[in-house]
Amino acid sequence: MIASRRRSQRWWKTALGVFFTLVMLFPVYWMLNVSFTQTRDLRADPPHWFPWEATFEGYQAVFSQQMPALATSLLIGLGSVVLTVLIAAPAGYALALLHLRGRRTLNFLLLVAQMIPAVVMAMGFYAVYNSLGLLNTIPGLIVADSTIAVPFGVLLFTAFMSGIPRELLQAARVDGAGAWRTFVSIVLPVSRNSILTVSLFAFLWAWSDFIFASTLNRNGDLIPITLSIYNYIGNNTTQWNAIMATAVVASIPASILLVVAQRYVAAGVTAGAVKD
Amino acid sequence: MTSNPAVVGQRAGSGGAAGTTPAGPPGRRRGRTMNPSQWAAVGFATPLLAYLVLFYAYPLWRNIDLSIHDYTVRAFVQGDAEFVGLHNYVEVFSSSTFPTALANTALFTFGSIALQFSIGMALAVFFRSSFRLSGALRAMFLVPWLLPLIVSASTWAWMLNSENGIINSVLGAFGVEQINWLTSPDTALLSVTIANIWLGIPFNLVILYSGLQNIPGEVYEAASLDGAGAWRQFWSVTFPLLRPVSAITLLLGLIYTLKVVDVIWVMTTGGPGTSSTTLSIWSYREAFGTGQPDFSPAAAVGNLLIVIALVFGFLHLQLQRRQEAAS
Repeated sequence: MIASRRRSQRWWKTALGVFFTLVMLFPVYWMLNVSFTQTRDLRADPPHWFPWEATFEGYQAVFSQQMPALATSLLIGLGSVVLTVLIAAPAGYALALLHLRGRRTLNFLLLVAQMIPAVVMAMGFYAVYNSLGLLNTIPGLIVADSTIAVPFGVLLFTAFMSGIPRELLQAARVDGAGAWRTFVSIVLPVSRNSILTVSLFAFLWAWSDFIFASTLNRNGDLIPITLSIYNYIGNNTTQWNAIMATAVVASIPASILLVVAQRYVAAGVTAGAVKD
Repeated sequence: MTSNPAVVGQRAGSGGAAGTTPAGPPGRRRGRTMNPSQWAAVGFATPLLAYLVLFYAYPLWRNIDLSIHDYTVRAFVQGDAEFVGLHNYVEVFSSSTFPTALANTALFTFGSIALQFSIGMALAVFFRSSFRLSGALRAMFLVPWLLPLIVSASTWAWMLNSENGIINSVLGAFGVEQINWLTSPDTALLSVTIANIWLGIPFNLVILYSGLQNIPGEVYEAASLDGAGAWRQFWSVTFPLLRPVSAITLLLGLIYTLKVVDVIWVMTTGGPGTSSTTLSIWSYREAFGTGQPDFSPAAAVGNLLIVIALVFGFLHLQLQRRQEAAS
């Protein structure tokens, strides 16, 4: 009898959980709904709760106008991933396993770096890029976007690599492997999961970045998708179905990553919180 | 070093093995001189060190430089800005925008955090007992956190639209008159705060949930044997045991919320007037938001923001250190 009561209580909890999730995800549903709404129905009162006469007008606009922006964002995201991993993984190795002198200071600096507001970084970068001629360039934006992920990446790699069993490294040393060989043939393969987590976040942050894009790449020929959505809102506020369709397309990478790599996402969120 | 969730999260299963320290001492005691292995360590850290100098220290230095000169657009191009010392800071502090921006920052930050945290905590406790679909539903809660901020912000902007927004339509069905969420000075700050709370719930949920996982089940069993109900259990078991994690969650939330630009900028651009202008928005608007960039005061506001963030940052570090000492 207790068992059956417990089961009924769980059903009740599932129902409540589904309800909470629906409330929480309502804005996401609304974005989808509006993206399929006919232009003439956008101002209907009351609004249409479901796109009965779904239209792909909005998506047609995305595919005819936004492909360059999506490609730019993809390029910037991938560039930022490569740069972040190239810098953070060796640094994590030095901090965690090679006993780098002054590692506490460096750890501390990385924590401080994460606290600096992006708007401040954007102004500094603007001044620097202005003299270097890097404004409105994709490499410039890749470097700026990577600053969001590099400190996080180093801290995450350090935390993970500290947990690699010393026996593995000693075995490599016995076989005559130097620091570089050990790094490439043991540490990196073992750290595959943390490389995935760092890459995932570096990509998402670069893809989602708006502050750097809107300051360092304002007049570029190739603008990322976030800036494109922003310009879209500024230019024609009547076409909200097209804006929302662009927003839906811009959310695709996040959705795919959530489905494919959910446990890496959760690992990254908590790692970001409890850094040491 | 205490248990690190990054490691725990990724190596679930192999669990404790990774955490145990190797039994034997390292072969050699490392001396104070630079031995070959120390050279290797420096070599592997060099890219990071170069990166930090070039892409953190240098831009930050340029930012300080901006704030103590009078950079006009022309001076920016020619590089002959006049040195004005702390004049920009004085101007910022005596500006009529300053008290408004400071108050808005406080309201926005504390309002966001209080509700993100309470809702996140309630959901974490709710999801703690596993039930059918609980894992999948918890994953769905991550969605708002993963979407590009500009996507969420523009969706909220449309939902809160005065004439055609769904929120006014629903409220209208209950007889509430049209509220000009984003265009009235009375509700603009409230609106962006609501959107920001929504954005922050997943982060709070995930961290608090992982904190709850570390509380052993026996504690609850003991409490329920003592006849403590769910409410009592929360206040006398969960809440005290979760204090360290809670403190860190709150402080991180604070540091993140201080920085927020995208959400407010897309929804209201800090307006109408300055009614939803926070310090970050003020800085952004001065530098990039108008046709007339005014970098020097913007940089001064930005540096002020760094100072505030660092104060809370040090608090965070202090807290973490105490926690490490305790465990």
